[in-house]
Amino acid sequence: MKAPENFLAHDDVRTVWAEARDGRRDFLRQAFASAAACLAVPAVLAQGLAVPGEGDPNILQLPAHSTGLGQGVATEGYGKPSRYEANVQRRQSPGLTQTRQASVSFAPLQSLFGIVTPSGLHFERHHQGWWDVDPTTHRLMVNGSDPAIVKTPKVFTMDDIMRLPSVSRFHFIECGANTGMEWGNVAVPTCQYTHGMLSCSEFTGVPLRTLLDFCGADWKRGRFVLAEGADGSSMTRTIPISLIESGEVLVAYGQNGEMLRPEHGYPLRLVVPGVQGVSWVKYLRRIELGDQPYGTKDETIHYVDLLPGGQHRQYSSTQEVKSVVTTPSGGQVLLEKGFHNISGLAWSGRGKIRRVDVSVDGGRNWREARLESPVLSKCLTRFNLDWVWKGDAALVQSRATDDTGQVQATYGQMRAVRGTRSIYHNNSIQTWWVQESGEVCNVQLS
Amino acid sequence: MFSCRDFVFVGAAALAICAASAQAASDLPDFAGIGRPATPKEVAAWDIDVRPDFKGLPVGSGSVARGQTVWEDKCASCHGVFGDSNEVFNPVVGGTTKDDLNTGHVARLDDRGYPGRTTLMKVSTVSTLWDYINRAMPWTQPKSLTVEEVYGVTAYLLNLGGVVPDDFVLSNGNMAEVQKRVPNRNGMTTQHALWPGKELGGAARPDLQGSRCMTNCAAQPRVASMLPDFARNAHGNLAEQNRLVGAQRGANTAGTAPTAAAEPAAVKPAAVSAIALLQQHSCTACHGIDSQIVGPSFKAVSDKYAGQGDALVYLSGKIRTGGSGVWGAIPMPAQNLPEADLKAIAQWIAGRWAN
Repeated sequence: MKAPENFLAHDDVRTVWAEARDGRRDFLRQAFASAAACLAVPAVLAQGLAVPGEGDPNILQLPAHSTGLGQGVATEGYGKPSRYEANVQRRQSPGLTQTRQASVSFAPLQSLFGIVTPSGLHFERHHQGWWDVDPTTHRLMVNGSDPAIVKTPKVFTMDDIMRLPSVSRFHFIECGANTGMEWGNVAVPTCQYTHGMLSCSEFTGVPLRTLLDFCGADWKRGRFVLAEGADGSSMTRTIPISLIESGEVLVAYGQNGEMLRPEHGYPLRLVVPGVQGVSWVKYLRRIELGDQPYGTKDETIHYVDLLPGGQHRQYSSTQEVKSVVTTPSGGQVLLEKGFHNISGLAWSGRGKIRRVDVSVDGGRNWREARLESPVLSKCLTRFNLDWVWKGDAALVQSRATDDTGQVQATYGQMRAVRGTRSIYHNNSIQTWWVQESGEVCNVQLS
Repeated sequence: MFSCRDFVFVGAAALAICAASAQAASDLPDFAGIGRPATPKEVAAWDIDVRPDFKGLPVGSGSVARGQTVWEDKCASCHGVFGDSNEVFNPVVGGTTKDDLNTGHVARLDDRGYPGRTTLMKVSTVSTLWDYINRAMPWTQPKSLTVEEVYGVTAYLLNLGGVVPDDFVLSNGNMAEVQKRVPNRNGMTTQHALWPGKELGGAARPDLQGSRCMTNCAAQPRVASMLPDFARNAHGNLAEQNRLVGAQRGANTAGTAPTAAAEPAAVKPAAVSAIALLQQHSCTACHGIDSQIVGPSFKAVSDKYAGQGDALVYLSGKIRTGGSGVWGAIPMPAQNLPEADLKAIAQWIAGRWAN
């Protein structure tokens, strides 16, 4: 598949080839040094602080909604956001993919509050197109890689699964390739595209451990679980048994109080907290308990992390500690000098966020941010920090620490260990350059 | 299923055993009436996975020649006749050498001058190719290939990569031998801390640890990378990708200044246009609206047939059954799409171009 595992568009590949032949392999960096997209003077204005004449006409002249009759109940059977929110959309990154069925759309993190992603703005990743599957015909099968490993292979309807004791838990889901376009250099302008393969929901479902126990699992021999989807790709992944035994892995049908959306696997998907999104198999049709790992396409050809020296890390699953400032962030323009609330998201696939530090001088000095409640395991955590912007250039960064003690690293620290070509698992510290003009740019520091 | 509770009165020894296995097995309520045993036929219908140790591999065989026929008919339109096309998906074939067959490491994975990474460069287990082709290919008709065709296509790809000779017949009997020649068979490591558990060996400690420094930490920062000017508008006008109120707006990257009080463009109704259908059914992966990609542009097809009296019937038939030779050597595979959608597309091409 083309994306998001492989970020060079074919025109870029040709260019890189040509440049490589010419022996100018660092041409990308040079190109970026020559001209910058972020230096234009913005022409955006605030809604106006100066009071004209006798006062604000929005106060002095009563608007229609104060002087007329509004709309009735149930005008919309399923309510929609205000028409003034039409800019808040999930979006594709142009040129990333040739087909929309094997592609990704990014969640607009720059416009979201708190930790929950509205289901309609949740990022999408499809491997062979999405479907709206009839829940009355959907089935889940649980079996073993041999007859002894699961005593009684069983079939469950959605009715069956929804009768079982359920749990509801908040978790983030992040694509393993999130921020993958930025491994080598800055490639995209806003946090929607740098970090938007990230979303967070309350999921409701049944612990997979319950279903496997119910079918008579041999936990001693069965140390690997295959999850398989019902769509065209019949996505398969090897699921870590430790997260099943801990009761964390869910067979989920609920998301944010309603059923899963079709784009996210309606009526049934796997929830694998802390593990990259590709393992959260959608349209889940089968669980197999086995005694060997499965070496599926998306853990052998894609979602393998290329290291310096040419080896790939296989079965790399955990999403490590990471954070990003969402306001102010790339592509935005600060309207006024003075007070600003620096706000962002932090998360770790290993547990809870313990602290987040924020720097406005490119990492020389840091201040500890406030963590807003709730702070949950393998879930987004919102952080905030007061900041008075005096109109000087600033380099805004955030650095998260999780409750295992792991601290988010810089690009320099990451590249020293993992090089620049891994594609997956880029959890480096993000830098936003706030310029004197107020315009904010995505930059990487040396 | 027994539960640990049943053993409470039996004795200390039994309790100890229970404690050891309680890690996974939990006390289950009586789930009477939920679920039912799967029939053997049901398990056979869905349990199609093939593992690296070849568990699940069906008995059968397929030749390189047979694979080539299937490939040209059903795969080449996306992947190219030789599996090296970069038009729709990343190349499947290329980048491996004879030497890689001996070392089991694809040398070019460490060559920065070779930015592409083909399937054959990365794949370490031949079972993965077989499994994926069987479950997910062809792109628009997954799971439609016969066992012989899957063996054949796998053999053809291996042949293009120089792994097996032209006259090779791949079978369940010789897959293990072929595995010993997979170019990147030694190219994977599980020595990392990104798998939560000990089943794969792995590493106890993460390879990355940031700094806890709070004051006077880094050297004077220097901006080393940012977007070039020509890319300023590559993701559209960022002013239209941010909310209309708040502490900041989106930067205007389109050249005209937005006014802060401007109303957003009215939300467009989600009309199912012909173009939406073309995208929905992946037609646009191979055909541009007015540019040739793998196949001819819709404009070109329209120009050729719009005046033809039976254009609608002809084009419907071509979409349904596929074809080759009219626009070049690369065949278009048969398209399996709902009749109403097929008609709407054909109608759009045939007579309603102006709309």
